[in-house]
Amino acid sequence: MSDVKKFLYVNRKAPYGTIYALESLEVVLIGAAFEQDVALAFLDDGVFQLTKSQETDGIGVKNFSPTFRALGDYDVTRLYVERESLEERGLTEDDLQEIMYEDEDDDWAEKPSIRVISRAEMADVMAEQDVILSF
Amino acid sequence: MEYTVDGKTVPADEEGYIINLSDWSPELAEVIAKSEDIEMDEERWEVVNFLRDYYDEYQIAPAVRVLIKALKKSMGPEKGNNKYMYELFPYGPAKQACKIAGLPKPTGCV
Amino acid sequence: MSTLHTVNKSPYMTQSLVSCLNHCKDGDAVLMIEDGIYGGLAGGQMAPIVEEMGKKVSLYVLMPDMAARGVDSSRLLEGIEGVDYTGFVELVAKHDRTQAWL
Repeated sequence: MSDVKKFLYVNRKAPYGTIYALESLEVVLIGAAFEQDVALAFLDDGVFQLTKSQETDGIGVKNFSPTFRALGDYDVTRLYVERESLEERGLTEDDLQEIMYEDEDDDWAEKPSIRVISRAEMADVMAEQDVILSF
Repeated sequence: MEYTVDGKTVPADEEGYIINLSDWSPELAEVIAKSEDIEMDEERWEVVNFLRDYYDEYQIAPAVRVLIKALKKSMGPEKGNNKYMYELFPYGPAKQACKIAGLPKPTGCV
Repeated sequence: MSTLHTVNKSPYMTQSLVSCLNHCKDGDAVLMIEDGIYGGLAGGQMAPIVEEMGKKVSLYVLMPDMAARGVDSSRLLEGIEGVDYTGFVELVAKHDRTQAWL
């Protein structure tokens, strides 16, 4: 049996009102050093973390939305976003920033990391994990 | 602790990372490097500039393996490896190069 | 393969319980802890939703959290089982993974 486990980080909170979103991202980056199979899930208010055009200078906190674009360098290449959560909030995939990764096994071709999936598919993704970390 | 550049003092934490990232200048980088017993040259600037560009784009300092992977891709395998990196920065690229580049200590650096 | 879900917020304050129930698979278990126990009460607006879900998942509440809040087990919806801390551990051990809904 392989030692690699499937980890899913579940993000359900908007970015700046609480510390959850930033903490989640930091744990993902630190955890990436352990070379596990890591994916992120965004549902409920968590989908707000990925919106474009975030500009935090006026509230005096760090804008960490650009950091999602670095995840590909850390071999985190799957960001599942729940379609129903987007729709309930009046958002579409076009409201999300573009996040790409380079596929090492495909001559470094650029591919999108964000995968918009249905609520039922999200439940399937959750059910196939070894470990789920909630934020 | 603090550094002095052109008669101006720049505050840093107890490990020598500057507090305000906007205080950074190439002159300050030379001063920090000196305090680490490092002489800045073209190769070291290449790494420091890469780190600053990475931070500017992603708001984080890259983990060491990410840094090495990226240098390997942009500058070739003779520069993108651990040995080369530790020759330039004996106490580690995270500890020294990030400090010289004026970045916070990298996330995941223990 | 099944999941133990824990919910620790009142459903009258956050969407966590509803979202949890929306992502459960048949055979999963939901354990209501801390303020989450209010989701197990009969007579509230949430009761029909929770009752309906009880048909496909097993529902539990943590009794010490009920007692702390002065909620008697007679107030619980039918079909919800009370567990103590040992029962909590047994539920964790029985399922393949645990997912917290914060």
